Amino acid sequence: MDLDSALWPKGVQRCTFPKFMIGITVVSVVLVWGVYAALLCWFKGLNQTNMNDYYGFALWIWADLAVIALGGGAFFTGFLRYLVKKDELKHIINYAVLIGFICYSSAQLILGIDVGQPLRGWFIFWHANVHSMLTEVAFCLSCYFVVLCIEYIPLILENRQLDKVPFFHHLGHNMHGIMAIFAATGAFLSCFHQGSLGGVSGVLFGRPFGFREGVFIWPWTFFLFTWSAAACGPCFTILVTKLTEAISKKQLVKPNVVDLLAKISGWMLFTYIIAKTVDTWYWAFVTVPSKGFNWAFFYSNNDFYGTWILWLEIVICGYIPALLLITKKTRQTNSTLWIAIILASIGVCVNRWALVLQVMAPPVMPFDTWALYIPSWQEVATTILPVAYGVMLIMISFRYLPIFPQERELNPITN
Amino acid sequence: MKNNHNNGKAKKFGMVIDLDKCTGCGSCMVACMSENNVPFKADETDKRLSITWMLVYKLNNGKSHPDYDECYLPRPCMQCEGDHGHSPCVSVCPAVATDYSHETGIVSQIYTRCFGCRYCMAACPYHARYFNWWDPAWPADMEKYLSPNVSPRMRGIVEKCGFCFHRYQLAMDKAYYEGRDELEEGEYQTSCTQACPAGAIVFGDLNNPKHAVHKIALPDSKHGGRPKNPNAFRLLERLGTNPKVYYLSSRKWVRDSGDNYRPDEK
Repeated sequence: MDLDSALWPKGVQRCTFPKFMIGITVVSVVLVWGVYAALLCWFKGLNQTNMNDYYGFALWIWADLAVIALGGGAFFTGFLRYLVKKDELKHIINYAVLIGFICYSSAQLILGIDVGQPLRGWFIFWHANVHSMLTEVAFCLSCYFVVLCIEYIPLILENRQLDKVPFFHHLGHNMHGIMAIFAATGAFLSCFHQGSLGGVSGVLFGRPFGFREGVFIWPWTFFLFTWSAAACGPCFTILVTKLTEAISKKQLVKPNVVDLLAKISGWMLFTYIIAKTVDTWYWAFVTVPSKGFNWAFFYSNNDFYGTWILWLEIVICGYIPALLLITKKTRQTNSTLWIAIILASIGVCVNRWALVLQVMAPPVMPFDTWALYIPSWQEVATTILPVAYGVMLIMISFRYLPIFPQERELNPITN
Repeated sequence: MKNNHNNGKAKKFGMVIDLDKCTGCGSCMVACMSENNVPFKADETDKRLSITWMLVYKLNNGKSHPDYDECYLPRPCMQCEGDHGHSPCVSVCPAVATDYSHETGIVSQIYTRCFGCRYCMAACPYHARYFNWWDPAWPADMEKYLSPNVSPRMRGIVEKCGFCFHRYQLAMDKAYYEGRDELEEGEYQTSCTQACPAGAIVFGDLNNPKHAVHKIALPDSKHGGRPKNPNAFRLLERLGTNPKVYYLSSRKWVRDSGDNYRPDEK
């Protein structure tokens, strides 16, 4: 047994170390490219981007909202596993936590690049404005990231060699024992920060495209964001699981586990998309007309922001995956399951795209002009940076940590 | 001496801009930049990267000659109060780097507090907020012209018009020294007001019936400050921003350009 294989989880097979390192090197190249772009933004300033005074919120804010929505699988799967007691989900919860950890650390990294004065970032906590949705986001997101770290640590401690150290073994064991408390805390925090991210554009009463009425201080988008993250986050967890299975060429989770999560996601998505349809209808025929606009105006100027975006978000990436997931036959057919989880993941990203970038595009003053924006390579590179980081962390975690408890049983080593 | 002062009554400093008088000369923009140490770049081609606290828009009635008509509309920060007591930008700032003063009605920007998240810019429908995408720079000798009363802003933060608030502070200092709580109307005027050669801009306390701004706009305090003067209007009144800049025009199409109307409302 060489040094590398001694670190693998017991009873599983991994690719050779050189092959693994080739993969790590390829991802590292992308990572270095992203880090270089990030350094340019930090040292030279945000003039490295294609943002401007009309497009102060752009690709990065979308990426933030999107990864946090996709990472929603962690809190919702944790909620189902520990609080609703869906015991089968214990076989996928580790991966959901890892994906959530990657998504949330990525969001914090992107935010660290996005603000004009990163060294003053702590002002958001020190001089907090309780009226601001971003304040709520910052507090809940940071706290939840700590929860994700606490949930990820026992997984690291289960590494075959670390587990041999009695202290780590007992620490990991005891942390597992109280994980329900952290899962509940995570679900509570996530409801608020997912919601407040929805509130970011929902409260902008000066921007009719994003503005929504609501309950008390919360616009409807507050609830819709939490709902959609709970619906589409698990779809992304399933998607990454299936991608990992395809790349590693082995089954890692039993079909009944995926089926249960897909079924719950499907019903969440189905109910969400009905609510989203009602919200869109109310916005188009009540909210926007009261501000003097015709809803079609917001989709009228250019092909980037045509009505296709509504069809794509609500029908193609909303109703279709929802129906595919709630129908037993299509849910249990591999090809249609793939289609459903891909569409659902795209759908939530399109929703975040519209509620960040499309909000900035249309003029509000009648004599003003539309604004369009194409990101600079530095923005693209720094947005891809977390993807590379995520792939790398998954590669390392998959190789050395027992992420999939059913892997040994599903892939017995014959020799 | 300190106990003799009570800061006077609450003010609502505001502006009335007569669009029938504005010639679009841009003096207000130049005066504003000079007064407030607004930096500029060698290449100002992309106006969406230029910092112009006061910006003059050119409007037209969309008709052809001989019915063509045009109008220039100077746009400072509207110092919104919000119909519900929340300015669009103030309520969203996560670090209280911008605040609404109930003593003056002015929306402040605290440059050393702002960390550049730009949420306030996304919230402002008037595009009155500007981000410092670059380090502020002036040609060598121009640094000698900088006003010592206004701090230049650093890269990575948001800035905006504050109705030349430093002038208010200087006027109040003088008044305190002379044992007064209240300012005369002419003691506190913005640089754009003073620079306008056509006298199109009038500035003062909207709460004070003796001030010209009050007499012209006739703000209705029972209805969110809406003007009673039939020729006066505010930009985007329907959004509920409750701005303190009033515009004046005898031309209906100009007044109609101040807000959005559905086709069935026109």
